[in-house]
Amino acid sequence: MSASVLFDTPGPKAKRRILLINIIGVLLLLALLVVVVIGLANKGQMEPSLWATMFTSNAWTNFLLPGLINTLKAAGLAIVLSIVFGLAFGMGLLSELKALRWFSTIIVEFFRAVPVLLLIVFFNILLSRTGIVNGTDSPFWAVVISLMLYNGSVVAELVRSGVRNLPKGQREAGIAIGLTTNQSLRLIEIPQALVAMLPALIGQFVVILKDSALGYIVGFTELLFYSRTFASANGNMLQALLVAAAIFIIINFALSKLAEIVSRRLSSRMPDGKTADPDAELEAPALA
Amino acid sequence: MEKYLSLFTEYNIPAAFWVNIQLTFWAAIGALVLGTVLAMMRISPVRSFAAFGTGYVNIIRNTPLTIILLFGVLALYNQLGFTLSSDFDQNFFNLAVMGLAIYHAAFVCEAIRSGVNTVPVGQAEAARAIGLSFFPAAREVILPQAFRGSVVPLGNVLIALIKNSTVAAVSSVAIEASSVMKQMLEFESNLIIPIFATFAIGFVIIVIPVGVLTTWLSKKLAVAR
Amino acid sequence: MRKSRIAAVAAMAAAAALTLSACGGGGGDSADKVKIGIKFDQPGVGYKDGDKYTGFDVDVAKYVAKELGYAEDKIEFISTPSANRETSLQNKQVDMIFASYSITDKRKESVAFAGPYLIAGQDLLVPVDSAITGPEDLNGKTLCSVTGSTSAQKIKDTYAKEVRLQEQSGYAECLGGMTGGTIDAVTTDDIILAGLAAQPANAGKFKVVGKPFSEERYGVGLNKESTKCADINKAINKMIDSGEWEKAVKANTEGTGYTPNPAVNPPKTDACA
Repeated sequence: MSASVLFDTPGPKAKRRILLINIIGVLLLLALLVVVVIGLANKGQMEPSLWATMFTSNAWTNFLLPGLINTLKAAGLAIVLSIVFGLAFGMGLLSELKALRWFSTIIVEFFRAVPVLLLIVFFNILLSRTGIVNGTDSPFWAVVISLMLYNGSVVAELVRSGVRNLPKGQREAGIAIGLTTNQSLRLIEIPQALVAMLPALIGQFVVILKDSALGYIVGFTELLFYSRTFASANGNMLQALLVAAAIFIIINFALSKLAEIVSRRLSSRMPDGKTADPDAELEAPALA
Repeated sequence: MEKYLSLFTEYNIPAAFWVNIQLTFWAAIGALVLGTVLAMMRISPVRSFAAFGTGYVNIIRNTPLTIILLFGVLALYNQLGFTLSSDFDQNFFNLAVMGLAIYHAAFVCEAIRSGVNTVPVGQAEAARAIGLSFFPAAREVILPQAFRGSVVPLGNVLIALIKNSTVAAVSSVAIEASSVMKQMLEFESNLIIPIFATFAIGFVIIVIPVGVLTTWLSKKLAVAR
Repeated sequence: MRKSRIAAVAAMAAAAALTLSACGGGGGDSADKVKIGIKFDQPGVGYKDGDKYTGFDVDVAKYVAKELGYAEDKIEFISTPSANRETSLQNKQVDMIFASYSITDKRKESVAFAGPYLIAGQDLLVPVDSAITGPEDLNGKTLCSVTGSTSAQKIKDTYAKEVRLQEQSGYAECLGGMTGGTIDAVTTDDIILAGLAAQPANAGKFKVVGKPFSEERYGVGLNKESTKCADINKAINKMIDSGEWEKAVKANTEGTGYTPNPAVNPPKTDACA
C-alpha cells in the first residue's frame, strides 16, 4: 500500500500548514542538538583537542583500522560458517527422517532463544579454560562460534521457509524426472531458496557486524575495544565511541542498501512475487 | 550435583532473570509507543517528520546496541547529568530501559510499516472516500489492520528484546542474567557447562512461549482476504 | 551442475574459513626471542601505542629481559588479558607475564611466580580538588569500578556501607564520569589508577588518595617448568638497587601524587620454589 493514498495532495492552505510544521520540526531538532552540545561543552567535552586526536594517523593506523579489520574478520568468518551451519541444519529441518528433523529443530530453536552475549561469555571461558585454541585467540573464536550458532540457526529457518515457499510444482517436477525427494531438495529446491534468501542473508550480515561489538566485553580486540583502548589514554571516550558508531552505521547502512537493491533485482526477475516482499523477508530476521 | 544445587542458594538466579523480564516489559512498552509514532511519521504528509522517521530508523538499527546503551550512561548521565530517577540504582535501570526502547523502536517501526504494507490500498481509499482525514484514517482503519498484519514481526522484536536485555550489563545494571552468569562462571570453574545450561534453558523457557503465542495470535487475528 | 555449485560454495566457505583462521598461530624461532605477556590496554601499566609498548610493567619487563640477555628487539610482546594468563603460561604461548599479575596461593597451583616486583594496593583516584582522603569518606558518594571488581565490594562491606557503586566496563569510562561530575571516586590497584591519571590528556585532573587498603603482590608469571625464576629475581633486585625501578615508577605516574606504599616497597623478592 502506498502511503500517499492516506492524504490528498495538499492544497495551498495545507501546504502552508505543512511548511510551518516542517519549520517547527526542524527548529525543535536543532534546539535539542544545541542543548546537547552546550551541555557537553560545559563539561569540556567540546574541547577541539579531544576531537582532533580521533583524526590523527595514530588513531586510525594503530587503533581504529586494526579494530575494524578484526571486526570484519570475525564477521566474515561468522557469516560463512553461518551459511554452512544453516544449510546443514536447514536440510535437517526439511529431512524425511523424523529423528533428524527433531534434532535439527531442537538445535535451531535452542540457539535462536539463547542471547548471543551469554554464548560469547560462555565460549570465551570454555575455550580459554580448556586451551583448545591459543589463549589470546579465545575471545575471537568465542565471538565467531557464538555468532555462527545464532545466525546459522536463523539461516536454517530461512532455508526451511524458503523451500516451503517454493511452488509445489518444483518438487513434483523434480520427482517426475526421476529424482529422489532428497535429490530434488538438494538440486532443485535449496538452490532456488538460496537465491531468494540473498537479501535476508545480507541483512543477517548487518546483525553479525553489530553483535560482534559485544566481543569487547570478553576482550576481543574489535573496533569498539580498540576505540575504548585509544580513548583510555586520550581521555576522549565519548568522541571515540561516536567515531566507532559512525563507522558501524556507514558500513551497515551500505549493506542494508545493498540488500534492498538485491531484493529489488530478484523480485523483478521473479514476477510470481515469491521473493518480492523485501520488507517482510528482510526486516523480520534482521534483528540483533 | 550437590555442588550444583548449592549454586542456587549462593546466587539468586531467579532474581537475575526477574530483572531481565522487567527490563523487557518496560522497554517493550516504550518501544511499541515510540515505534508506532515513528511509523506514523514515516507515512505522514509532513516531509520533515517522514525524513526524521527514516533517519532515525537508518541510524539506530545500524548501530550496535552496546554503543547506544553506553551513550545513555556515559553521555546522558555522566556528562549531561540526565537522570530518570532520584534513586541511584533505579536510574541506571531506567536508562537501560530507555536505551533498549530507543533501539527496538526502530525495529517496531519497520514491523508496523511492513504491517501497513499488508493493508490493501482499497482500505485506505475507502477510508478517504467516507471522508476520514489522515489521523482518523490511520487510527480507525489502517493501524488496527496493520497491527494484525505485523504480529509476527512484532513478536520477533519482542523475542530479540528479551535476549538483548542481557546487554544492559554495559549500562551499569549489575544484577541481570548475563552478568550474574559471568560472575558464576569465573568463580565456579568446575561447573561451567551446568551453569551455562541453566541460564540458556531459562531463556529458552521464556522465549519459546512468546514465539508460540505470536504464531497463534497472528493466525487468530489474521485478516481474511 | 547444481550439485557442483553447492559443492563449490561449500569449498569456498571452507577455504575462507582456513584463510581467516590463519591469524594467531605463529611462533617458530623461539630460541633467541623471548615472548612476554603484558596488558595492551592499560595506559601507564601495559599499553600498546602503535608499535611502541609503554607502562610500568613494560619497563620492568624490558629491564628483566635485558638482564636475561635479550635485547629490546628480541622481545615479542603478547597481549595477556586477565582471563587467560594461566592458560597462556601453561600452553607456553608466553615465557613470562608482566601484567599486574598478583601472586596468590590459588594461582600458584597452576603457575609459578618470580618477584614480586611491586606491591600495589587497592586505592582511590579522585578529582584533584576532592576532599575525600580515604575509603571511609565515601558514604553517600558515588564510587566507580569495573564490573565484578573486588575492591569496590570491599569498600562497601568494610569502609562505607552507604557508598553508591557504579559499574563500568573500563576505568577510562569511570574517569570520564569524574570529569562530568557524577562520579566521586574510582577504585582499583593504585598503580593502575596512577598510570591512567598520568596520561597527558588527564594531566592535573586527578590524584591518587594514597591510602591503600590491600596488598597486591605483582609477580612475574612463569610456567611451572621454568628455570628462570632466580635470574629474574636477581634482575629485579638489580633494577631496584640501581635506582632504575624508582625511575620507572616516577616516569609512569608523574603528577598524580602516587608513591608505592612505602611500608612494603621497594619489595623483597620471594624465594624461588
